[in-house]
Amino acid sequence: MAKHAVMANKESQPVLRLSGVSKSFGGFTAVDNVSFDLPNGAIGGLIGPNGAGKTTLFNTLAGMIEADSGQVVLGETPIHDLPPHQIFTAGLARTFQIPRPFQEMTVLENVMTVPASQAGEQFWNNILRPRKVAREEQANREQALSIIDFCDLTRVRGDAAASLSGGQLKLLELARVLMADPKVILLDEPAAGINPSLMVTLVDKIVELNKRGYTFLIIEHNMEVVMSICDPIMVMAQGKLIYRGDAEGARRDPAVLDAYLGDLP
Amino acid sequence: MTGVISYLVFFLILALILSIAVLGLNLQWGFTGLFNAGVAGFIAVGAYVMAILTGPARDAVFGGFGLPFAVGLIGAMVAAGFAALLVGLVTLRLKGEYLAVATFGIAVTIQLVCLNWEYVTGGTLGLISIPNPARALADGPLAQNTLYLLIVVLVGSLAFWCFERIVQSPWGRMLKAIREDEEAAASLGKNPTRIRLESFVIGCMAMGLSGALYVGFIGYVSPSDFLPIVTFQIWTMLIVGGSANNRGAVLGAIIVWAVWTTSGFVISKLVPTEIQAQGGAMQAILIGLILVLMLLGRPRGLIGERISVSRHARF
Ligand SMILES: Nc1ncnc2c1ncn2[C@@H]1O[C@H](COP(=O)(O)OP(=O)(O)OP(=O)(O)O)[C@@H](O)[C@H]1O
Ligand SMILES: [Mg+2]
Repeated sequence: MAKHAVMANKESQPVLRLSGVSKSFGGFTAVDNVSFDLPNGAIGGLIGPNGAGKTTLFNTLAGMIEADSGQVVLGETPIHDLPPHQIFTAGLARTFQIPRPFQEMTVLENVMTVPASQAGEQFWNNILRPRKVAREEQANREQALSIIDFCDLTRVRGDAAASLSGGQLKLLELARVLMADPKVILLDEPAAGINPSLMVTLVDKIVELNKRGYTFLIIEHNMEVVMSICDPIMVMAQGKLIYRGDAEGARRDPAVLDAYLGDLP
Repeated sequence: MTGVISYLVFFLILALILSIAVLGLNLQWGFTGLFNAGVAGFIAVGAYVMAILTGPARDAVFGGFGLPFAVGLIGAMVAAGFAALLVGLVTLRLKGEYLAVATFGIAVTIQLVCLNWEYVTGGTLGLISIPNPARALADGPLAQNTLYLLIVVLVGSLAFWCFERIVQSPWGRMLKAIREDEEAAASLGKNPTRIRLESFVIGCMAMGLSGALYVGFIGYVSPSDFLPIVTFQIWTMLIVGGSANNRGAVLGAIIVWAVWTTSGFVISKLVPTEIQAQGGAMQAILIGLILVLMLLGRPRGLIGERISVSRHARF
């Protein structure tokens, strides 16, 4: 959780660079030659109408589906050819639009699963070096509990993830990625389906985390959220990136207004 | 009275030997969600390797190295693990029912190899006169069997302890994460291929150990001991006892083996001799019935799984 503070310096060098990313399903182009940079320390917003290709773009960035073409560079590392687990360890973490918890595991262990290279993940260490495993688990547990607390999940920390509400699952998605101290966190509609008061908390948390140095790229339909905390804003429509700039510019951009049929909510 | 005790000892030896294979399947299916439908094949590998390593030398047949019992057990585990590694490297990308079909086919292939590769396996006759270490150390069948039971309890307890250790841990947590949602686990940095392979290999090593202890006890190995019905029995034991719980795996082995042997006895006493030949089929139907009833009425088994995995993450 302790992350060296990186100031949200707007024109600092990009931490994530996409160039010419495309993905088709059969004859249908879901992501069409998308290029943009995300500055280090930013909260980027990725918006666009339903079916614009936003989630598909996240899936290609995270390696869950292979892009047909294009490059993705995280920091200095090209990640477009890596499998999902290596993309995560390289420092790009994502959450899911529809939460995907480990249902039959406790909230605590959903979160404790995340840290990479735990000694106890080598099965033999559990027999040969039980003390080392126990020590690491203790530290892992403490870190997990503090993140769970940060995400307001303390009350349900011992419950199976299967028993959580939709909003709690969204928070669990966030808690899991926070365990890893990633360079960039992709959030797919973090506020969808959560109640308005929780929404305010969530937005506060994202801003607080950003102040601690986390870089975000957020897909979100709630324009109030996007317009108030995101910069830059990227707009996708029919697979293409049609706008990249600040919130004010998006409100006036003809292509953006056109994509949203004239009324940007 | 001694008759009852002898029988009980005999029964427990076989039930506990089988329970080790159930522990292996529990790792694969219970914790990792790998559908291994070829359990009998990996038991067979362990059994034959045990026979080859510890059996007496014989003409025209490979092996018969006369090595010590313990070496046989270890060799059997290594061989079954190696076979699993080969199988795993080709099949573990296959998931769910595809993996089931592939492993089933492999087990049938292994059984056919045992039946036909006479130079190594002795063909239909199998390999006989495998030394039972208890025979050398005790007099009389009851004392010998009791001693062998002690060996099985020791080896089984060690296996059980190892399984509990490696499963109630961050490693076990990864297995379960893969079982619950492989893509989500991968997106959180876990390598599903590696994890599935480890679980598969270790589970099959337990099956090999089980086969080796079986051969060490009965003193011979024959291809007819490794038909698909064995896989079916092991699966039923796991489902009855409770998937993803090692104690459930052992309990299920004892209960299902008790039902199996009792039903065999009852059938031999009550069923008219003309249809005695179908006795085995009746037993299989009975086991199938238990499996179905269990899946309908108590799908989590007698002892269900606990939701915390690691020993260090309980409340
Ligand atoms: N695996 C797939 N196979 C075929 N088509 C797909 C696949 N995944 C997505 N699509 C299609 O690609 C398009 C973009 O989908 P995507 O989920 O990326 O949209 P989105 O911008 O995230 O929309 P929403 O705001 O509704 O979440 C849609 O038309 C969708 O039907
Ligand atoms: Mg989407």
